[in-house]
Amino acid sequence: MSVSAEDVRKIASLARIAVTEDQVASMVPELNNILGWIEQLGEVNTDGVEPLAAVIPNTLRLRDDVVTDGNVRDKVLANAPQAEHGFFAVPKVIE
Amino acid sequence: MSEITDLGVAAIRDGFRDGDFSAVEVAEAFNANVAAAKQLNAFIVETPEHALAAADAADQERAGGSVRPLSGVPLGIKDLFCTDGVQTTAASHILEGFVPAYESTVSERLFLAGAGMLGKLNMDQFAMGSSNETSAFGNVLSPWRRNDGGNAALTPGGSSGGSASAVAARLAPGVTGTDTGGSIRQPAAFTGISGIKPTYGRCSRWGIVAFASSLDQAGPMARDARDCAILLEAMSGFDPKDSTSLDVPVPAWEDNLSSSLKGKRVGVPKEYRVDGMPAEIEKLWERGIDMMRDAGAEIVEVSLPHTKYALPTYYIIAPAEASSNLARYDGVRYGLRDLPDGANLQEMYAATRADGFGAEVRRRILIGTYVLSAGFYDAYYTKAQKVRALIARDFEQAWNACDLLLTPTAPSAAFALGEKNADPIAMYLNDVFTVPSSLAGLPAMSVPGGLDSAGLPLGLQIIGKPLDEQSVLNAGLAIEERAGFTARAGRWW
Repeated sequence: MSVSAEDVRKIASLARIAVTEDQVASMVPELNNILGWIEQLGEVNTDGVEPLAAVIPNTLRLRDDVVTDGNVRDKVLANAPQAEHGFFAVPKVIE
Repeated sequence: MSEITDLGVAAIRDGFRDGDFSAVEVAEAFNANVAAAKQLNAFIVETPEHALAAADAADQERAGGSVRPLSGVPLGIKDLFCTDGVQTTAASHILEGFVPAYESTVSERLFLAGAGMLGKLNMDQFAMGSSNETSAFGNVLSPWRRNDGGNAALTPGGSSGGSASAVAARLAPGVTGTDTGGSIRQPAAFTGISGIKPTYGRCSRWGIVAFASSLDQAGPMARDARDCAILLEAMSGFDPKDSTSLDVPVPAWEDNLSSSLKGKRVGVPKEYRVDGMPAEIEKLWERGIDMMRDAGAEIVEVSLPHTKYALPTYYIIAPAEASSNLARYDGVRYGLRDLPDGANLQEMYAATRADGFGAEVRRRILIGTYVLSAGFYDAYYTKAQKVRALIARDFEQAWNACDLLLTPTAPSAAFALGEKNADPIAMYLNDVFTVPSSLAGLPAMSVPGGLDSAGLPLGLQIIGKPLDEQSVLNAGLAIEERAGFTARAGRWW
């Protein structure tokens, strides 16, 4: 499988990263080079193998459903590029 | 007495307890070394006041008759660890100015144990890199230089390059690092120091800026095995705030250090004899095998048949997880916001992320987005997770024949800055020996084994069974006692 300029634009849009046409042009061979290299995994017979998600066996824990944190609104907002009236502020979404 | 900054963690701790010097004297000596080493660019932020405050508290406690495990010891903290009230950037422009309102579990444990902080250490951006050339705050230089009389600037390795450079240059007796595919071990090897990545789940990931969550592990880097054991003990332990944290006791690694390997079987994986391996690396490996044998171990050849697929597996799984983890940098909650005139919300996201992430980070996010996208998920991501299962199984089978594995840490000594960054794959190949054990979540350590003909350090890697950090540290100590590695970088900075 290989990617085209159109694919790179689409991936970049999915990843919410703005790209210039120059960047697209240089990324096409770059990504294809890397993708071509990782495709060697196709040689490995993985029939009947379960995908490994947790590398060290561990059980996910449950805890009591109680409040353990909170009342830190100002701390949460302290690093926001723009905070107003106790909220994160963003450009207008609905015209 | 030698200079305080020539002492390691254990010697500082013990000397402080014995009253040989005060904690403030120690902090002042290291603060001075940090301040005088700007050329190395090992630190993004220096925090001499933090080190002094902890030292002052330690001195007062000692006067009152009590000491804590790390009282008197100042440390460097990799800039991937969130530190309360101190800028944390992961060496990325997108987090420039971010001041956490909380402390990562690992740094909190170290500070509660009495340690102070000398500053936040430079690194590859979001820990993505093997040479510390992807930092938004400039390259870190290794204190080492080749003995050819040239002044070529060498990489300290990456991603924990600032950490490695700081320990090697005596700017800190010990530091934190993080390891996703070799980011503690490879820089330790390049700079002639020791570093251990524990079993996945030993150290809490809470408050560590996430790169690839199924691989990321914190660990210490220091001058020797004992110092690593001391720091790892303080850093490890169950944390309910990390769902993958292991609820198991932390062993007394330091007390149980022993360089006798009697009864241990050390495996030498034949697949690690890769094509084109430099003769000097091969020779170092042979010397390491002899040292293991001399320490009482039995040497066995083992096979890890899926080794050659570890890197391509890693370069699917790590970017996939990174593309998901880094989705949080959106210009809304923290860090950079780039809002072009008249831009809407979507355009703000795209502009912020284009401006804030460096080239390697963007490249990995795009790869990760692609391998997770509809239609490709099974072919890439699920396939990689299956191969990962086979790589883990290789190790499980090897443990039938041996208790530890011995390999070189990296396929070469430190290279010059700029030498490998034109070709991403050439850079990725640096991690060929460290990535497989990361994929299997195993404890692994690099210790200095000797020098190459250019006078640069080479590292040996020891890989252990899950939760058997003790045997890894013991084998590290056995090598250390036999290698007699005393070389250090001459001061030019």
